[in-house]
Amino acid sequence: MFSEQLSKKFDKMVTNYPTKRSALVPMLLFAQDEVGYLSDEVIANLAKRVDVTELEVKNVISYYSMLHTKPMGKYHVQVCTNISCMLRGGEELLDHCKSKLGIGHKQTQPDGLFSLEEVECIGACSWAPAVQVNYDFHENLTPERMDKVLEGYAKKAKQ
Amino acid sequence: VADLVSHPDEIKVVSSRFGKGATNIDRYIELDGYKAVRKALEMTPDAIINEVKTSSLRGRGGAGFPTGMKWSFVPKESAKPKYVLVNGDESEPGTCKDRLILEHDPHAVIEGVMIAGLAVGAQKGYIYIRGEYRYLLTIMQKAIDDAYAKGFLGDNIFGTGKKFDCYWHTGAGAYEVGEESALMESLEGKRGIPRIRPPFPAVVGLWGGPTVINNVETLASVPHIMLMGGQKFADFGPPKNGGTRLFCLSGHVNKPGVYEMPLGYPMEKLIYEVGGGIPNGKKLKAVVPGGSSTYLLTSEEAVKMNCDFDSFAKTGGFLGSGGVVVLDEDTCMVKFALRVMKFYQHESCGWCIPCREGTDWLKKTLTRFHAGGGVKKDIDNINYLAQNMLGRTFCPLGDAAAIPTISIVQKWRQEFEDHLEGKPCPYENKGVPEPAFA
Repeated sequence: MFSEQLSKKFDKMVTNYPTKRSALVPMLLFAQDEVGYLSDEVIANLAKRVDVTELEVKNVISYYSMLHTKPMGKYHVQVCTNISCMLRGGEELLDHCKSKLGIGHKQTQPDGLFSLEEVECIGACSWAPAVQVNYDFHENLTPERMDKVLEGYAKKAKQ
Repeated sequence: VADLVSHPDEIKVVSSRFGKGATNIDRYIELDGYKAVRKALEMTPDAIINEVKTSSLRGRGGAGFPTGMKWSFVPKESAKPKYVLVNGDESEPGTCKDRLILEHDPHAVIEGVMIAGLAVGAQKGYIYIRGEYRYLLTIMQKAIDDAYAKGFLGDNIFGTGKKFDCYWHTGAGAYEVGEESALMESLEGKRGIPRIRPPFPAVVGLWGGPTVINNVETLASVPHIMLMGGQKFADFGPPKNGGTRLFCLSGHVNKPGVYEMPLGYPMEKLIYEVGGGIPNGKKLKAVVPGGSSTYLLTSEEAVKMNCDFDSFAKTGGFLGSGGVVVLDEDTCMVKFALRVMKFYQHESCGWCIPCREGTDWLKKTLTRFHAGGGVKKDIDNINYLAQNMLGRTFCPLGDAAAIPTISIVQKWRQEFEDHLEGKPCPYENKGVPEPAFA
């Protein structure tokens, strides 16, 4: 299911807390990073590791906005439109991404390269407008600079 | 990696090691690192708490609760283990300071956790970092590993025979987890739903044990207080509002960025001198003083305000989290209120009905209103709905949604009138300013 390295990391993580399930949220995030999304198999595996039911794991997943139960694009473009970004063109940037990528909020391109999401404050307010692609921050963006960012990822995917 | 800025009026305490390579433990030690915790190891718990009380340090997450007092609420004797929990779930819109502390000075946070642990008798500390800040997790993991390798953490810290363990933890995208009781739920591997209080976390917290929960910036201030002495730190700010804090300037300012100013610094200077004023010579309309859950200030109020907890409290407002968002004259306040409400509606966990239903109704009403479908009685209804959310929820998310809405409806009522009866938004298509570093 998981790489040996991640498996080992999980074994260590459950010992960091008095209860095993305390490691659940970070484990879900790391599992998602490796597998791509939280499939039923991943959920079953993690439920066993932390001694809770699969239903309880699903309950937790539905609370956190970064956890996905469906495959996302290889590059998940998250555009912040919260107040600081909105005042500096975050909404225009989101519209630009929508037309450039040909997809809407929470949609994935047919080839699975990019997916798009409008997100809430990502903590880049002083460097707005900001976008996160997977975990990488891109700040002080304009539509032109956003194009370069997207081109960069498209090129990276081909290598 | 975010750009660092500076201004001559700054007093760099918490930010003193920014950009100096202090993520490296040896470099951190060169910059007076881990001296404060050694000093604390020779002090009694009461002496540590008294030093922090003298500093008049108040919670930097936004509530402004006196840190020393919070620590003194933890019972001396406890059958269950005690814990220190660092709140790094920074997600208050407009706030981006903890990110810089964790990025540039992770060891200061670890040191702060250890000192808090010594003060309350805890032997374990957890550093909770929001899921979006993944790169900080790598930095923090390395910092903790390095501290263990040096014998600063573990079963025999600094050779004193005392024990202290420190762990990192990550969230996965939830604003509400920034609230202390939801934070504990999340750390225990559950949905981040708030707990009712009392009992307060200082008595019954993580896994039922007494728990001290502090913001990243609060704990990062503690080592500096131990080294310079509480009185010197207190003297930076006005009485009962000790020290400096990081202000995150964003929105319509020429020089946005994170600046460390003494508490009590005038808001007018913060916007016009430190922030370089409003772009394109426009006029100031409004200021969000400390993250989106604070009462907005009109330009007249803002220029008279000093940035400390008590000056705000006197006018019935909140200094908040340090996220100062500046709005110019061409900002539509109805649209702003809508965007703020859209956020709270998205983040409400649904546990308390006034918050769950209130945020949803307000979002729907404001959406319709901004699109030109508003009728006159909506204006009072928005205010009425928001007023009825205040103080009626387990956690302050309901208040956080109501507060900006109430202040916008009351202070900018005319703008709501301007949207009535199908009139188009008078501010649409006014354009946005260029990003500062473009």
